[in-house]
Amino acid sequence: MTGPGMSAGARGRSDVRDSLDHEVTADGRKIGGVLMDMRSITLRFGGVEAIKNISFDIREGEIRAIIGPNGAGKSSMLNVISGFYVPQEGEVWFRGSRRPPMKPYQVARQGIARTFQNIALFEGMSVLDNVMTGRLTQMKTGMAAQALWWGKAQREEVENRARVEQIIDFLEIQHIRKTPVGRLPYGLKKRVELARALAADPMLLLLDEPMAGMNVEEKEDMSRFILDVNDEFGTTIALIEHDMGVVMDLSDRVVVMDYGRKIGDGTPAEVRSNQDVIDAYLGVSHD
Amino acid sequence: MPDQLLFAIEVTLNGLMAGVLYALVALGFVLIFKASGIFNYAQGVMALFAALTLVGIMEGQVPFEHLINVTFGTEIHGFGWEVPALLAILLTMVVMVLFAWAVNWIVLRHLVNQEPIILFMATIGLAYFLEGLGDMMWGSDIKTLDVGLPQGINTWIDETTFNAFGYGFFIDNLDLVATLIAILLVAALVAFSQYTKQGRALRAVADDHQAALSVGISLNFIWVLTWSIAGFVALVAGIMWGAKSGVQFSLSLIALKALPVLMLGGFTSIPGAIVGGLIIGVGEKLFEFLIGPLVGGATENWFAYVLALIFLVFRPQGLFGEKIIERV
Ligand SMILES: Nc1ncnc2c1ncn2[C@@H]1O[C@H](COP(=O)(O)OP(=O)(O)OP(=O)(O)O)[C@@H](O)[C@H]1O
Ligand SMILES: [Mg+2]
Repeated sequence: MTGPGMSAGARGRSDVRDSLDHEVTADGRKIGGVLMDMRSITLRFGGVEAIKNISFDIREGEIRAIIGPNGAGKSSMLNVISGFYVPQEGEVWFRGSRRPPMKPYQVARQGIARTFQNIALFEGMSVLDNVMTGRLTQMKTGMAAQALWWGKAQREEVENRARVEQIIDFLEIQHIRKTPVGRLPYGLKKRVELARALAADPMLLLLDEPMAGMNVEEKEDMSRFILDVNDEFGTTIALIEHDMGVVMDLSDRVVVMDYGRKIGDGTPAEVRSNQDVIDAYLGVSHD
Repeated sequence: MPDQLLFAIEVTLNGLMAGVLYALVALGFVLIFKASGIFNYAQGVMALFAALTLVGIMEGQVPFEHLINVTFGTEIHGFGWEVPALLAILLTMVVMVLFAWAVNWIVLRHLVNQEPIILFMATIGLAYFLEGLGDMMWGSDIKTLDVGLPQGINTWIDETTFNAFGYGFFIDNLDLVATLIAILLVAALVAFSQYTKQGRALRAVADDHQAALSVGISLNFIWVLTWSIAGFVALVAGIMWGAKSGVQFSLSLIALKALPVLMLGGFTSIPGAIVGGLIIGVGEKLFEFLIGPLVGGATENWFAYVLALIFLVFRPQGLFGEKIIERV
């Protein structure tokens, strides 16, 4: 059983390989080929270069962390992946083919779900309704069909509802199912946002600081959920996190950014011993 | 029962029915405002345009008839057929959906993230454009609209109340039907928004654009959808008003009556639009009945606005509107 308490770097990739493009981690999870490949991405806001010619990939089944000091460009990178920002230069490759410029909703429909650093929930809607919106990409009945064939639409609704209830149970938020999200405390909101993203059964899950602003207990819960999602659903996860302990525990590989540049990339152990990274980011604790 | 009281009750009932119409127009405003933050000044003209189109289609008019005749020296006067009301309503709805689509793709798409005042100005432009388009397509003469709704005094109510109180209430059948249709319309809208996936998507967009995008909702689709629904609501309002007072320019002015309704009900509340509409409808009729004679009448012209002003001072978010909290 994996858990947040395990030692730093324990989830780092091992060298055990069971095929050419699969390898197995120390804790027995399979990591496959490249799912998302960012190639030479540059993103500018007016004169500010938020991302400077960065390349990195995300492999199937792994937990990939993006770390770096404030303003390093981490959120910007996540926004590029999810289509909220359009980079001026570079290519995004998803599942082996180059992705044309896309609107965020189109990216979502491709199987990429996300949460936001500043939580973006539907505050006026109940927890259940919020999570149900996460299912929209899975619901195919068109509007005319819904009007003409109410029964079919209802069946689809029921099926999707069942999946949503599973996720609600999984994240242990049954007790607030009917509560309007606006009334929830911060920590629970973060969890509801994760539930909504999970409801899409995403291929790739992007989490922007899922544990920011949480207390220790909430952080442990969230870590456990993230690990379980990865383990049980096999979901590929890319996450941004400031808490180094959490990052070292959770992730298979880490990208380190600083001032829009990539200054490190590798297993938690490799990153920890990288001098540039120590200088820029971990330096504080090594002084 | 004293006569004054009976009169007052009758006036109240008639006010309620007038209020239904205000509520419908206000509802169109609220739908678009909630989904996109746009105050759609053109809502009233949309009702006029929908009614004009409906009459035009029913009477088999050729769109742009005058323009075609002047340009090509032809003498076209109608297709020479008549279209049954129900089919004509469906066709008009198609026109309103096309209009919704065009507004979004030609105008609003380029104004995403602009200041609300700019969007508002755009809808003012839209209102005048649509007014002119309506004139050009269907002519500017006053038209009568008869889709077969019952009209005239409801004799059953008249007789029953006469037998009970010795005074027969004058309630127009058209008002009764209008009220019934409005109730059905609101019920259908509520069912749509609560129990269908598009309804859920619509509520999601009304709540948070960013979050809506992240779950795969196309904002453009939802905006076309809301404008289409607002077009449908405008059509219903246009039919009722048109059946009552003929299809003419003044129809577009009910939009101005919707304004005080919105101030009472709040710009983002559907129940608010309905209750606000009823309050204004009843309020202005009762006020005219009770106070009008003392001040020389014609209070219906200003009552709604003064009431709205008083409301603005004491409850700026309206009856049901979300509390205004400055985001920092
Ligand atoms: N929408 C935007 N418009 C203009 N500048 C932006 C925008 N988004 C990000 N930036 C700028 O890009 C740079 C990187 O910001 P970003 O939010 O990606 O950093 P971050 O690594 O996520 O930081 P934090 O840890 O504080 O969340 C910053 O200088 C920021 O001001
Ligand atoms: Mg950030």
